[in-house]
Amino acid sequence: MTNPIAVRFCGAAGDGIESIGSIMVRTFARSGLHVYAYRNYQSVIRGGHVWYQVRAHNKKLTSFGDYYDIMVTTNKDGIVYDSAQLREGGIIIYDANKVKFDPSEVGKKFIDLNIPLAEIAQLYSRIAAMQNVVAYGAIAYILDLDFNILKEVLEYEFGDKGREIVEQNIAAARKGYEYASEVYKNVRIKIEKGSRRRMFLNGTSAIAFGGYVAGCKFYAAYPMTPSSPILHWFAEHTKKAGMIVLQPEDEIAVINMAIGASFAGVRSMVATSGGGFALMSEAVGLAGMTETPLVIVEGQRGGPSTGLPTNTEQGDVRQVLGAGQSDYPKVVIAPRDIEELFYSTIEAFNLAEKYQIPVIIVSDLYMNESATTLENEFDIENIKIDRGWIVKEGEIKDYKRFLITENGVSPRALPGMKGYNFVAASDEHDEKGHLVSDVLAGLPYMLKIRKAIMEKRMRKEQYILKELEPPTLYGPQNADITIVSWGSTRGAVREALQILENEGIIANSLEIKYLHPFQGKEIKEILEKAKEILLVENNYSGQVGGLIAQHTGIFIKNKLLKYDGMPIMPLEIVNKAKEVLNLKSYEVIK
Amino acid sequence: MESVLKIYKGEVQPDWCPGCGDFAVLNAIQRALYELNLDPKDVLIVSGIGCSSNLPGFISTYGFHGIHGRAIPVATGAKLANPELTVIVTVGDGDCYGIGMGHFIHAMRRNPDITVIVMNNQVYGLTTGQASPTSMKKHVTKSTPFGVIDDPINPIALAIAGGATYVSRGFSGDPIHLAQLIKNGILHKGFALVDVFSPCVTFNKLNTYEWFRKRIYKLESIGHDPTNFELAIKRAYEFGDKIPIGLFYKTEKPSYEEYFEDIYKGKPLVYHDFPNKEQIKEIMKEFY
Repeated sequence: MTNPIAVRFCGAAGDGIESIGSIMVRTFARSGLHVYAYRNYQSVIRGGHVWYQVRAHNKKLTSFGDYYDIMVTTNKDGIVYDSAQLREGGIIIYDANKVKFDPSEVGKKFIDLNIPLAEIAQLYSRIAAMQNVVAYGAIAYILDLDFNILKEVLEYEFGDKGREIVEQNIAAARKGYEYASEVYKNVRIKIEKGSRRRMFLNGTSAIAFGGYVAGCKFYAAYPMTPSSPILHWFAEHTKKAGMIVLQPEDEIAVINMAIGASFAGVRSMVATSGGGFALMSEAVGLAGMTETPLVIVEGQRGGPSTGLPTNTEQGDVRQVLGAGQSDYPKVVIAPRDIEELFYSTIEAFNLAEKYQIPVIIVSDLYMNESATTLENEFDIENIKIDRGWIVKEGEIKDYKRFLITENGVSPRALPGMKGYNFVAASDEHDEKGHLVSDVLAGLPYMLKIRKAIMEKRMRKEQYILKELEPPTLYGPQNADITIVSWGSTRGAVREALQILENEGIIANSLEIKYLHPFQGKEIKEILEKAKEILLVENNYSGQVGGLIAQHTGIFIKNKLLKYDGMPIMPLEIVNKAKEVLNLKSYEVIK
Repeated sequence: MESVLKIYKGEVQPDWCPGCGDFAVLNAIQRALYELNLDPKDVLIVSGIGCSSNLPGFISTYGFHGIHGRAIPVATGAKLANPELTVIVTVGDGDCYGIGMGHFIHAMRRNPDITVIVMNNQVYGLTTGQASPTSMKKHVTKSTPFGVIDDPINPIALAIAGGATYVSRGFSGDPIHLAQLIKNGILHKGFALVDVFSPCVTFNKLNTYEWFRKRIYKLESIGHDPTNFELAIKRAYEFGDKIPIGLFYKTEKPSYEEYFEDIYKGKPLVYHDFPNKEQIKEIMKEFY
C-alpha cells in the first residue's frame, strides 16, 4: 500500500492558486483517487500569500494532512512560509529565474525541481497563472497520472472560455509533463490509482445540494465568508432547481423573508456566519414562537466580532444555543464531515417541518471550504421527505393552530386554505393564536395558558431526543483514552486514531453531532466508562466541554484547544493524547 | 356594513384606547376587502410590533404578527412563496420608519405586490408615548422633555424617491376616503404605501383629530395629477398650514414576482413538486 501524497500550490492572491487547486482535485478524483483539499488565504483580492493543498490516496481521507510532499511556488514566500510543513526529502517545483533562495532557507533536505515555468508558460499565454499549469503537467509526470485525464479536466475547466484557451492550457501542461520526464526522469512517486471516478465536492456545495434535494424553494442570504458560496451555488442553479434565490439588504431581512416564505408553505433556508447570525437571533426566536419551520446554516469563522474572516474556528456554540430570548424548541446539528453536511441538511428540513421549529446547522470555515471525495455517491434512492402535520381543507372543525398535543406538534394550515384562518404571533398566544400578552397579561387565564402553551412547545424537544440517532463510541470499546470531538474536528481525530493504533495505543472517540437537544444521558454513559478523556475543540474555552459538564456533571480536564485560526491537525491530537498518557510525543509543527 | 362585519370581523375585540385612529383603519381595511370581494382565506395581513400591529388579530384573514420592524420582509417572503395571496402589511410609524426603515427602502426598490398601511400617530404609543421618527420638531414627549430635536422623516417624499409605485396618505377621520385609498392600493400591482394619520388620543396631544382637520385637504379636490413625479414630490413637502391627503404618486413598473415567472411556471411556489430522482441525479453530475 502506498502513502497519501499531498501537493501544495503557493502564491499570491490573484495568481490562480485556487483555480489550479481545484483542477488538481478534479484530476485526482477522476483518476480514481480519494482527495481531501483545503486552502489558506487572506481577506485581500490581490497579493498576500495563499496556498491550496490537495492530498490524495487510494483510501478515504479525512484530513488535508499534517505534511505535504510537493510544493509548487511561484514566489519566495512559499519557501519562507511553507517549508515547515514540507515533508523531509519532499519536492519543490519552482522557477529559478523568478524564485531565488538559498537551499538552507528550506531548513531540510528536499528535491530541487527547478523548471523554467515562466518561459514555458509564455510560449502559450501571457497570463501568469499559466505557470501553474506547466507545474501541474510536471506533477502529472511525477505521479504518473494519465495525461488524457488532464486533458479532460482542462477542457472541463476552460471549455466555456473557448477552444483556443483550452488548447493553450493542454499544451502548457504537456510541455511541463515532457520537461519533467526529460530533465527529472527519475523523480517519481508511486501512488495506487483507482479504476472509477470519484464524486467530490466542497462543504458549501454539500449544504446547498442537500437543500435542493430536500425541496428548498426559497433561499436568501447576505454575503458573508464562509457561507457566500452557498448563495452562489443556489443563484447559479435557480432556474434548474426552480427556486427563488435572493440577496436582501441584511441578515435581518434574510431570515424574516425566509420565515414569511415558510409560513406560506415553502421550504426555506438561510446561511450566514457568526456576525450575520447575531443579527438573525431575534427572528430565530420568532420562528420558534410562531412554530414556523426554518433551516439556518451558521458557518463559523474566527471571532470574536469580525475576527478572522478567512480562518476557521468552532467558537459560536454559545451564540447558537443562546440565540433569541427565553426558551423555545430548536435543533442544533453539527455535521462532522462534508458527506454528513449533505444528509444533515435534508434531516434539518424534515425535523424543521415535523416539529415546526427552527433547525440550525453549525458548520465552519474549515469544512465549508474543504473539498473531498466520497466513498460512494449520495444515496438518492433513499432520500426521505417528511413534511409533518400539514392539514387538508375540510379535515378539521374548530381549528386551533396551536392545539395543545402530547408531542407539542399542532396542525399546520397554510394561508389560502379555507376554514383555518389564524394569526401566528410573536406575542404569547393561546391555542387559537389569540394574544394573551396584552389585555390579559397577568390575569388567571393568561397564567394558565402561558404555562400550558410554553410546555407544549418545549415538549417537542423530548420527542426530538427520542428520534435523534444516539451517540456511539468509534473504535474499540475498551481504550486507554477516549477523544471527544464535535463537528468538523472529527476528520483529524479519525486520522489521529489510526496513527495511535499503528503505534499500539488503544484510543477511541466520541464524536458529537447534536448540540441541542443534548443527548446528555447517552454521553454520560459513554464518558463514565472512559479511562482517560481528551477534549478536542477548535475554540478558546472548550464550549462543548462546558455543555457536557452542564448536562452530565463530567468536567473534562484534558483539553486540546486551538484558536489560531487553523483547523486542528491529526498529529496535534496524537501528541496531546500521548501527553495525557505520559508517552513521548512527535515533534510538533509550529 | 353589516355583512362586512360578518365576513371580516375577527374573533378578538380590539384593545385600542377609545377614540384611537386605528379603529378607522381596521374598518377601512374591512371595507376595502369587502368591496374587492376578497375571500378572507386568500388574504394575509402581516404586522410588526406596536399598537397598530395588533390589527391582524382583529380581522378574520390569515395573519402573521412578527417582530418589531420586520413585517415587510415577512410579507415579501410570503408573497413570493404564494403570489395568489393578497398581502397587506399593517404597521406603525416607529415600526416602519424607525427600526424597519432599511426594509421599507429596499422593499420599494423591489416593488413587491404588497400594500403597506402605516398607522402614523407620530409617537410610540404602546411604550407610553416616546417620540417617533415622524414626531414634529419641538414636540415634547416623555423621551424628549425639552422637545424633539431630530427632523421628522417625510415618508411620502421618501417613498416617491425610493421607487414606490403607489404613494398615498389617508386620515382616520375620513374612513370612507381611506378605504378607497386602501382598495386602490390593493388593486395596484406593486408596492403601495398608504400612510395614515391615525391620531393617538392618549399620548399625542399635539397632532389631534382637530389639528389635522384644520389642515388637511384632498389632492383630488385640486385636480392633482398623480402621474407627475415632480408635482408629487412638491406636494409631499407640504406639511404646515395645509397638509394634503390622497394619492400623491402612481406609476407602473414590473412587480417583484413578475421577475420570477420562469420559476413559477404559472403556479405559486407553494404548490410546486419536490425534485425527483432524475432531476437530482442530473445536477449531481456536476460533482465529478
